Amino acid sequence: MKVEQISIFIENKSGRLAEVSRILGEAKVNIRALSLADTSDFGILRLIVDDTNLALKELKAHSFTVNKTEVIGVEVPDSPGGLCSILETLDKNQINVEYMYAFVERSGGNAVIIFRFDNIDEAIRVLTENDFTVLKGERIASL
Amino acid sequence: MSDFKNIWNADAECMPREELRSLQLDRLRQTAHLVASQVPCYQNKFKESGFVADDLQCLEDVTSLPFTTKEDLRLNYPYGMFAVPMRDVVRIHSSSGTTGKPTVVGYTRKDIENWTELVARFMTAAGVTNEDIVHIAFGYGLFTGAFGLHYGSEAIGASVIPISGGNTDKQLMIMQDYRSSALVCTPSYAMTMADRMEKQGIDPASLALRVGLFGAEPWSEQMRSELEKRLGIIATDNYGLSEVMGPGVAGECLQKQGMHIAEDHFLAEIIDPDSGEVLPEGSVGELVLTSLTKQAFPMIRYRTRDITRLHYDQCGCGRTLVRMEKTRGRSDDMLIIKGVNVFPTQIEEVLFQIEGCQPHYQLLVDRINNQDTLEIQVEVNERIFFDEMKQQRQFVDQAEKKLYSVLGLSVKVKLVEPSSITRHEGKACRVFDRREVQISP
Repeated sequence: MKVEQISIFIENKSGRLAEVSRILGEAKVNIRALSLADTSDFGILRLIVDDTNLALKELKAHSFTVNKTEVIGVEVPDSPGGLCSILETLDKNQINVEYMYAFVERSGGNAVIIFRFDNIDEAIRVLTENDFTVLKGERIASL
Repeated sequence: MSDFKNIWNADAECMPREELRSLQLDRLRQTAHLVASQVPCYQNKFKESGFVADDLQCLEDVTSLPFTTKEDLRLNYPYGMFAVPMRDVVRIHSSSGTTGKPTVVGYTRKDIENWTELVARFMTAAGVTNEDIVHIAFGYGLFTGAFGLHYGSEAIGASVIPISGGNTDKQLMIMQDYRSSALVCTPSYAMTMADRMEKQGIDPASLALRVGLFGAEPWSEQMRSELEKRLGIIATDNYGLSEVMGPGVAGECLQKQGMHIAEDHFLAEIIDPDSGEVLPEGSVGELVLTSLTKQAFPMIRYRTRDITRLHYDQCGCGRTLVRMEKTRGRSDDMLIIKGVNVFPTQIEEVLFQIEGCQPHYQLLVDRINNQDTLEIQVEVNERIFFDEMKQQRQFVDQAEKKLYSVLGLSVKVKLVEPSSITRHEGKACRVFDRREVQISP
């Protein structure tokens, strides 16, 4: 149920994102989803890729500071109100979202929201009990 | 004397202080006579101040001698301060010369013998014996570090690996395969090695390494404990500067309560760096050194610019020689920011206290809208990198608060990517003061 995500420390200066994508491109790692949180000095780039270990190895070899974290991907209907139903469920169960980002599935139809929680197991339990589709890690990596 | 271990020359190192002082006075007179007859720079200085070598009645009279500064050495570049003809000089070394011309120093055969003895003393004090394999990762060349430690190690009978600086991967391979037991380098390079070992998954316990002799730049107690923990060694400090001799002027014993100055070869004073007045015993100030036995390049009251304090009470190791504290940075490294005195070593200590923070940092001083600013750039590593922005910001806030409470100055902490701060195999260059650049258009 859990998805592996890598986080990369990026200094806020030109060319750093290009450098990350170049390294991954040369290693034939495909990026499935990404989000960037930034301040004026630095940013945290979060990626879901098709080969997490290879990406970690390559980025470390190029002296990037990298962490691996676990997130989950939830499928929601790509229509108005789709996101709201998930967030209300989480709120009702007092589950705090650390951060989230979304992408739309290539095959159409649904959107996928990536969530980072404090308590990931509890979140998975609540979401599945409420009939949301929590995607398998492999599924997202191969989307 | 034989009760005490790790002493190379007990007669000299444990000499009663009265005896030592009379030896120092004899040698000071000889040195004053030597420079008065052989070195034009000192002839002029003595004439100006009306000093006559025969006036030296007691050690305190040393204050009637003029100071020597780095500027004097520059003005007499390259050989103007030598007190012997070149045929008697067997070796030439030179300082790094980061600002302007380097300074050139020379040694007679006797000078090299003394230097070798003094290095053997502090290496022995750190526990090095003829069983050790000494890995010298100082750059071999004009810099005094490598050759000084090299000769001292050989005198002890240790096996020397003159690997020189650079190529950290090869250093580690040799350290593993040749079973290096004593590491000689700058503390910042030792930290680079520890980083690389961690990256390559080398367990320090699998090495034969047991002692580190680190010098050539100021480093903090926190850095010592970090190096001891990460490399699994005892880490000792030593002190020297090429203008005065090179490493061996002072070195720590295993008590780690300051570095014993080789007072039979050097006379140490502590002065107020602004007024030049000698300060009372126990004061913090600039170290001034006079060489007592040097032939080729004698130094009279050399302003080292290093800030320290001297302790004259007897050390548990049995040596009677005065101990100098770790240098707190150089008086010309001291930054005055918004009127507050800041030493880079203070910042280093705070960074260490915040868990996991390694000393890869640099300081940027600027003047923005007529206000001094201090930015501390710290390289991020996995221990201080968080996936959540909230935690990452908290880390920066915490560091800024702690620095404010120690320095009394608000600073900006900026996280930068690993390896973005230039590392030198030799001395770390950590301070960039850009204020002067702004004043002149």
